[in-house]
Amino acid sequence: MTKPESEITWKDLEIGSIVIEPGNANQYRTGDWRSQRPIFNSNKCIKCGICQLFCPEGCVEQNAEGYFEANLFYCKGCGICARECWTQAITMVDEEE
Amino acid sequence: MAKRIGIEVSLAIADAAKLADVDVVAAYPITPQTHIVEHLAELVANGELDAQYIPVESEHSAMSACLGASAVGARTFTATAGQGLELMHEVLYVASSMRLPVVMTVVNRALSAPLSVWGDHSDVMAVRDTGWIQIFVENGQEAIDNVLCAFRIAEDEKVLLPVMVHLDGFHLSHMIEPIYMPEQSEVDQFIPPYKYPLPLNPDKPVTMGAFAPPIIYSETKMAQEINLRASKKVILQCWSEFGSRFKRHYSPVESYHSEDAKVLLLTMGSFSETAMTTIDRMRKEGREVGLIKLRLWRPFPFKEIRQAVKDAEVLIVLDRALSFGGPGGPVCSEIKAALYNEDKKPKVVSFVGGLGGRDITADGFEEIINRGIEISQTGSEQEFEMFGVRE
Repeated sequence: MTKPESEITWKDLEIGSIVIEPGNANQYRTGDWRSQRPIFNSNKCIKCGICQLFCPEGCVEQNAEGYFEANLFYCKGCGICARECWTQAITMVDEEE
Repeated sequence: MAKRIGIEVSLAIADAAKLADVDVVAAYPITPQTHIVEHLAELVANGELDAQYIPVESEHSAMSACLGASAVGARTFTATAGQGLELMHEVLYVASSMRLPVVMTVVNRALSAPLSVWGDHSDVMAVRDTGWIQIFVENGQEAIDNVLCAFRIAEDEKVLLPVMVHLDGFHLSHMIEPIYMPEQSEVDQFIPPYKYPLPLNPDKPVTMGAFAPPIIYSETKMAQEINLRASKKVILQCWSEFGSRFKRHYSPVESYHSEDAKVLLLTMGSFSETAMTTIDRMRKEGREVGLIKLRLWRPFPFKEIRQAVKDAEVLIVLDRALSFGGPGGPVCSEIKAALYNEDKKPKVVSFVGGLGGRDITADGFEEIINRGIEISQTGSEQEFEMFGVRE
């Protein structure tokens, strides 16, 4: 889709709301389901990548320095990374905005 | 030139689907629809109809298979009745929302319990809001004509919506009637080939029936609603062209001796034929009565209904279904809603009758009309009156 979801009118939809653009589910901001966000502490992080392996959303990525961080556009705040982290480098904090 | 033949209406409907050259039939047999799908199975098995007949394990599967077939671009037909229609229920919404032009004859049957295989309109009323185009027919000729029209309407690129053709169980489905069956060449000219614009095709993938978050769901429903309402124009064009080709004419609301009538009766389906006999008889006695027959149930013909009844003093609506604990007859409540804001409108009286195959005779319709006039004068504390019920 050329427009963001919030700007699509009923006239823009294909017949029967058929999706003709493959892979456009990546435009879906699953991050807005989140009530808590993961904070990554680089002092405790040993760069093992267990958080990335366990993330059910596939939204944890390694940055240029080798540390891990969640892409908040997709992160649903499930807390699995924090639970699995061997060194407790990840803390879940409430979204307050 | 079309031949007039004596044939059971159900068999004629199957033959009409054959004339429309359907590609896929997925159906589950249920009384009183059985003869339609049996005959189609026979036509396919005998090699007379080049189609896939999919015998499924339930009506839910029947409609699901129809969706898949329609989505790849196959002309798709099915038929059901009563409980079968209810078992299809959730899939009916999917057909209309995904804009898949399945054509289905519904052989109207009462709903359980107690079990009844006989006709009324309780199955129809339960699927009223499924987003299908819905047409009622009175006799065998109208049934086959409208099955043919249904394919053309459903598959029109401006419509692409599923269509139900409703006919009364037994009272119509099992009658042997004289019917003009059009020639194959006439039907071929009348129904253009079906071409779905975005079919399921591995070479050009699309996603059908994806989920819609709250930010987009309202837009999908608005598109669907606008589309169903707009289909009326195509339905009218289709009936008009059918009329010029085959000399049989259909319209959303049909009138019988209603022009100067002070009292109007409104019916749907095959009971209208008996009601016409009553109108003839009462007219001979000098009574100013007339009949309104509602053919197009969805999209609802607001303008035509208002026009047809505006000069009458009393409008008596016969429903063959009950909205339990509600306003009485579901058709009547829609008529009332259509008229409520009009300045000039008749008093509307609601009757429910003909449930579960109970017949209403010509005398019965006269009783309904007389009692309706009485209620219009005296008023009633009840939302509706049930005709012929033993007290």
